[in-house]
Amino acid sequence: MAHAHNLAILRGLIKFKSNTQKIWGVLILLTIVTAVEVVLGIYKPESLMAKVLGMKLLNWIFIILTIVKAYYITWDFMHMRDETKALRRMVVWTAIFLILYLIFILLQEGGYVFDVYKDGFIKRDF
Amino acid sequence: MSTTVVNTGTEGKTWGGSNQPLKASYGKMMMWFFIVSDALTFSGFLAAYGFSRFKFIDSWPIADEVFTHVPFLHGQELPMIYVAFMTFVLIMSSVTMVLAVDAGHHMKKTKVTWYMFLTIIGGLIFVGSQAWEWATFIKGDYGAIQTKGGNILQFVDTDGHRVALSDFTVAGHKDRTAHERKNGLWFVDEGTLPTYTVNEVIDGFEANKNLLVRTQIINEEGEKTVLSRAESSKLLKDNGVAVVEGANLHVNEYGSPLFADFFFFITGFHGFHVFSGVVINIIIFFNVILGTYERRGSYEMVEKVGLYWHFVDLVWVFVFTFFYLV
Repeated sequence: MAHAHNLAILRGLIKFKSNTQKIWGVLILLTIVTAVEVVLGIYKPESLMAKVLGMKLLNWIFIILTIVKAYYITWDFMHMRDETKALRRMVVWTAIFLILYLIFILLQEGGYVFDVYKDGFIKRDF
Repeated sequence: MSTTVVNTGTEGKTWGGSNQPLKASYGKMMMWFFIVSDALTFSGFLAAYGFSRFKFIDSWPIADEVFTHVPFLHGQELPMIYVAFMTFVLIMSSVTMVLAVDAGHHMKKTKVTWYMFLTIIGGLIFVGSQAWEWATFIKGDYGAIQTKGGNILQFVDTDGHRVALSDFTVAGHKDRTAHERKNGLWFVDEGTLPTYTVNEVIDGFEANKNLLVRTQIINEEGEKTVLSRAESSKLLKDNGVAVVEGANLHVNEYGSPLFADFFFFITGFHGFHVFSGVVINIIIFFNVILGTYERRGSYEMVEKVGLYWHFVDLVWVFVFTFFYLV
């Protein structure tokens, strides 16, 4: 297994000749994604400020790009691509399920506390 | 005649033992499971950050205004540039790590040594950058006034540019000296006293007609609200109780103290991971030089440490997004 690397990324769109070449390819990809994030973060285009599902479109883009980066770090740097399906699912699904659950509960609760201070009879600042 | 069963008759069958369904060594598998649990710890922190942020959604500090510094470029507002550099350094050291793992598969000792060395250097640059980032954040840059309710009032000129306390306030003579262990109660400590008193700041504010107060509240344009001259003056006199310079666990000149608390806690916990990663990398580096893995016939140890190192990079990608971008 150690010598049998899966050398195709982006669903086989790009195939690398060697593992080393794939590593540099993934570095270029991650660098591009980070650069896009930084440029968007500095200029904050007006067109991306529209709210989609309660959050700015720009923030959704940031989160999606982050997950893209996380995917390539895990799949190619940590060689998750070469592990068995069972190990992959054990690690990834467990984490994703628990994290989504936690995030949903805490953000929901945070929004609720904000509303209580804003519209309720409780004041924090006099 | 034996009464104990030696052979179960199930050897080679699925449940007969010595079957490796995951085709991963014990060490690698356990590293993966540790990473899952550590990932859950970090998501707990980041989700708690999200909770506090949603709780103060209309007054949370804007990260672009907080992290604007780059070493050697004084007085320039360059948001995100330095964090982007730090992110790149960490990704780069991940690359050298995975190259070391790859060289290990081909049993090339010199190559593994060099790539491990570069990985360690990358990690050190990152930890150093984080220390600098902390120092800059603790020192602060403009200074602010804290109100009775714990809110922060910052100063801007009529064009909306930030103004530092030192630009308009004159420090007068003070009778109050800092309480130290050697001149007071030996078991009580007091932090550094602010450079100015609230009254000195108010006097300076009155003397400079072009100053306005900026509150924490974010308006519809996504910017902090700037008050009129009369409102500013009234708010300062009625509610101003303390001068805040920089940030620590109690006060934060950029806004909510929780922002500083989470910043210190999350980046600190991550920095501790990077630091321990560097230490482990150094141990493995020396083992590589000594030829331990050459004799063992496998560089799997480099691979296991590599998993941890990539995980640290992975966490930073998320910290970067949620602290600096979103």
